[in-house]
Amino acid sequence: MKAFDYYRAESPADVIGTDARPIAGGTNLLDLMKHQVETPDRLADVNHVGLDGIERDGDGLRVGALVRNSDLAADPSVREGWPLLSRAILAGASGQIRNRATTGGNLMQRTRCYYFYDLDTPCNKRAPGSGCSAIGGVNRIHAILGASGDCIATYPGDMAVAMSALDAVVEVEGPNGRREIAATDFHRLPGDAPQRDNDLQPGEMILSVRLPAPLGGKHIYRKVRDRRSYAFALVSVAAVVVMDAGRMSTVRLAFGGVAHKPWRVPAAEALLQGQAPSPDLFDRAADAVLDGATGQGHNDFKIPLLRRTLNAVLAEATEGSK
Amino acid sequence: MSDPIEVSLTHRMNFPDKEDLLDRTAQGILGTPMDRPEGPLKVSGTATYADEDHPPGTVYGWLVRSSISKGWVTGFNTRDLRAMPGVLAVIRDKRMLRNPAQGQASKAPYQGPAEIFYKGQPIALVVAETFEQARDAALNARADYDDRSAKGVFVPAEAKYEAPRSQQASKGDLDEAMDEAAFAVDVEYHTPSMSHAAMEPHAAVAWWDGGHVTLRGSYQMLGSNKAELADALGISPRNVRILSPYVGGGFGSKLGISHEGVAAAIAAQKLGRPVAVALHRRQQFETTHRRSESRQRIRLSCGADGRMTGVGHDAWVSNLPAESFSEPVTQATPFTYDGENRQIGHHVGRLNITCAGSMRAPGEAIGVPVTEAAMDELAQAAGIDPVEFRLRNIPEKDPSSGRPFSSNRLADCLTRGAESFGWKDRRENGARREGEWLIGMGVASAIRVNMLVPSTARVILLPDGTARVETDMTDIGTGSYSILTQIAAEVLGLPADRVTTVLGDSDLPQSSGSGGSFGAASSGSSVMLAAKAVREKLAKRMDCDPDDLTLKDGYAIAENRRRTLAEVLEGDTLQGTGTIKKGLTSVDHQQACWGAQFAEVAVSTVTGEVHVRRLAATFACGRILNAKTARSQCIGGMIFGIGQALHEEISTDARDGSFVNRDLAEYHVPANLDVPHIDIEFLNDRDPYANPMQAKGIGELACCGTAGAIVNAIANATGERFRSFPVTLDKVLERLG
Repeated sequence: MKAFDYYRAESPADVIGTDARPIAGGTNLLDLMKHQVETPDRLADVNHVGLDGIERDGDGLRVGALVRNSDLAADPSVREGWPLLSRAILAGASGQIRNRATTGGNLMQRTRCYYFYDLDTPCNKRAPGSGCSAIGGVNRIHAILGASGDCIATYPGDMAVAMSALDAVVEVEGPNGRREIAATDFHRLPGDAPQRDNDLQPGEMILSVRLPAPLGGKHIYRKVRDRRSYAFALVSVAAVVVMDAGRMSTVRLAFGGVAHKPWRVPAAEALLQGQAPSPDLFDRAADAVLDGATGQGHNDFKIPLLRRTLNAVLAEATEGSK
Repeated sequence: MSDPIEVSLTHRMNFPDKEDLLDRTAQGILGTPMDRPEGPLKVSGTATYADEDHPPGTVYGWLVRSSISKGWVTGFNTRDLRAMPGVLAVIRDKRMLRNPAQGQASKAPYQGPAEIFYKGQPIALVVAETFEQARDAALNARADYDDRSAKGVFVPAEAKYEAPRSQQASKGDLDEAMDEAAFAVDVEYHTPSMSHAAMEPHAAVAWWDGGHVTLRGSYQMLGSNKAELADALGISPRNVRILSPYVGGGFGSKLGISHEGVAAAIAAQKLGRPVAVALHRRQQFETTHRRSESRQRIRLSCGADGRMTGVGHDAWVSNLPAESFSEPVTQATPFTYDGENRQIGHHVGRLNITCAGSMRAPGEAIGVPVTEAAMDELAQAAGIDPVEFRLRNIPEKDPSSGRPFSSNRLADCLTRGAESFGWKDRRENGARREGEWLIGMGVASAIRVNMLVPSTARVILLPDGTARVETDMTDIGTGSYSILTQIAAEVLGLPADRVTTVLGDSDLPQSSGSGGSFGAASSGSSVMLAAKAVREKLAKRMDCDPDDLTLKDGYAIAENRRRTLAEVLEGDTLQGTGTIKKGLTSVDHQQACWGAQFAEVAVSTVTGEVHVRRLAATFACGRILNAKTARSQCIGGMIFGIGQALHEEISTDARDGSFVNRDLAEYHVPANLDVPHIDIEFLNDRDPYANPMQAKGIGELACCGTAGAIVNAIANATGERFRSFPVTLDKVLERLG
């Protein structure tokens, strides 16, 4: 670990507009610093800035950036109105990690690409311009959608996938004031600048995540992985489906483990919305989701896996509804 | 206090035990589920593992990895690193190791940090005042290389294989048997490289006193480790002391002296200060041993009556150049099942990837699940129930050598296990479905050779009637502290809290060490013999024949006399030394431990995920010394088997041989949810040929077979055979409609 300065921030103002890296639970950043994948000069400990409450916001909910994953998942109003979020969080990491990890920190979680962690191999995300070792290397866990010739890494988390499906909004503040970023747009595609995971600008800090009014309906988070707990998603499907008179009146879908960001395809949702459920329709929705999907060799299986999982989730979500 | 009165007993196992001493003693502590004496220390975090107790003034070393896969180090930015904060030394000593010593080597492994054989090989040690400074400097190390990586061989398909003559065997004509058989299978299976991934990564701290070095490390076999370290350093073993009081798991990865121990000793000598070197989890994966991948061809044949006529097992494994160990995949095949015509083939390829070595049940752990899967295939071809098919083919004596078995309880294990598990409810392949899940049951035999290794221990009975057990045996989580305490307490008639067991110090009498599941039986026998020598002395003092002496709860009882041990000792200390040696019973009998494993799995028709719903096993491994630690060993072994069947695989980059998933997030060992309810049953068993305690190995047996039962259950669930371990969901998905 490279030597760094540390200070304890007492309020967001102590962080916003500075060049310090905020650290909260440290469940990812500390690992990255030990490996010297990240070498920040200055850390701002944000564990004491407040922002740790969950409060009503009209019909919605405002979740402070410092709310721990365990607390968010267990919150009665979250479980009642946004069970998808609760389920997604509980599908990730371990109890110990969830007790430390925070809402803002989890959004900042970086990829698990093997080569990103290995200083002795080229990686455009870690060392821009050095190349991508995962292309032509071991790429079982890598992206099938939205990848570029410079990077095929995935965003590995679960929480943000649910937030994307729920149309959550990330509230951030920078030296030029506050702004809102749709959770779906918070993470970016790698393009030719994979070193940038998300849209947060230098000097900006995440203050909270706003959940719009509950959608009702069935909430399903199905995470497919190599072991049943404490493993990242190979593929995950987050779905909210509201049935009305035998038709899907509301459909929200987001996918994890397949791209550099939680993957959301409005066209697939539009295809389903207002329609009666059928295997054929689900398959067409899967076609829309998988439009442009490309395997890298070891991860080819994710393409049929995503289709099958989506079909099963939609079947489960619409089962028994008239 | 006066000098102890010394007595000793040495016993060579030339004949089966007829004394049954442990069935005649009175204390009744042996075999009970006694709690670990050191348990409270471990669960409260106060048992100090290797890297948790540093002498004052300790400084820290961090190993630098090679970034090439083959070639030579020609230069190093030593001067830059020396200028970094806190850096005390950059060590590139020709005595540093290429790879850890193999088990029981008793001499240094391949040495020299200049020639590179695999990516990640340690090429230097950076020592600094603090751990963080050392690691920071090490990450800034830059070597110049004569890079020959392009000539490296990284995948088994490109390796050249040798077939050592001593490791090939045949009997009869297998080809003809296969041609003429009513049913035959000729199938190829693959198992991947795996890592021990013990909870405690390797660590050591070394300090010198003149020409004498003390190394506190995490090792399994201190007697041979002492010799290995001495040889590596070029000093006499008399000048080496190794301390390993607690070892956080070994599974074979700590059998031999390793990088951290030798590097710490060299650095401590150069700096004149204690030096601690701990491996990071990634270094543990990359620089300590792996289990070799294997390709296995199994040929089995039987007649229309389901009686086997042929058994063939060919294995291809790998290791680094010039490394003598190769995974003995076929070890149990010669004696497990009947068949007149047999062939064993063993092939070793040379690869530029991390050294291969012993990992829990080397050989059987991967050989047995594969043969058991092929047995299932043959049973299916012959239309015979898999349990019945195995029962039909259990030999009377070793069909390859003609030797009798010391004991063969395989049939009992299969029969009893099938009943306990509810095997009769098994349906035809693909016939049971619950929603999206296909349900199946599978069986596999568990077989592991049983060994006895020379071992010596001291048992000291003090004037106050308490006892101390001393041996350089290690407790790698297995329960050595428990069972050695129980054995001494049993033979001396003492409550367990009056016996203290001291282990993990190479200055104590040399034991078998922990490995090959021989530790409990070997070191236990030496403790039993030492205590027996003391017991005989007590009989003399009680003026009776040892057979007429009862020792219980601290009293000596003979005829109508009952005295406390303190009274019998009259202020004296009795010190017994016991030594066990293997003898003719290891040669004239085939010794093995037996079991039958059963699994029920659910396979998702949507995702291909496999969940193990329950596991059950019945084992026969001689006398059980502690019902709780024995059961724990079996649970651990079977969980190991779950990982082998479904999760564990070192992913190797074919371009440079590097291990890409070298941490516990990406190398998947089973986590809590992956582990179902596990039922374990021990048959009441004794093997008088094994040792005077009539006990046998346990921990490894339990991982031999589990993976076979699981893949056989998957076949029963889906109707598909998966011949490549681990059975990850992508492999299942490929075969689902």
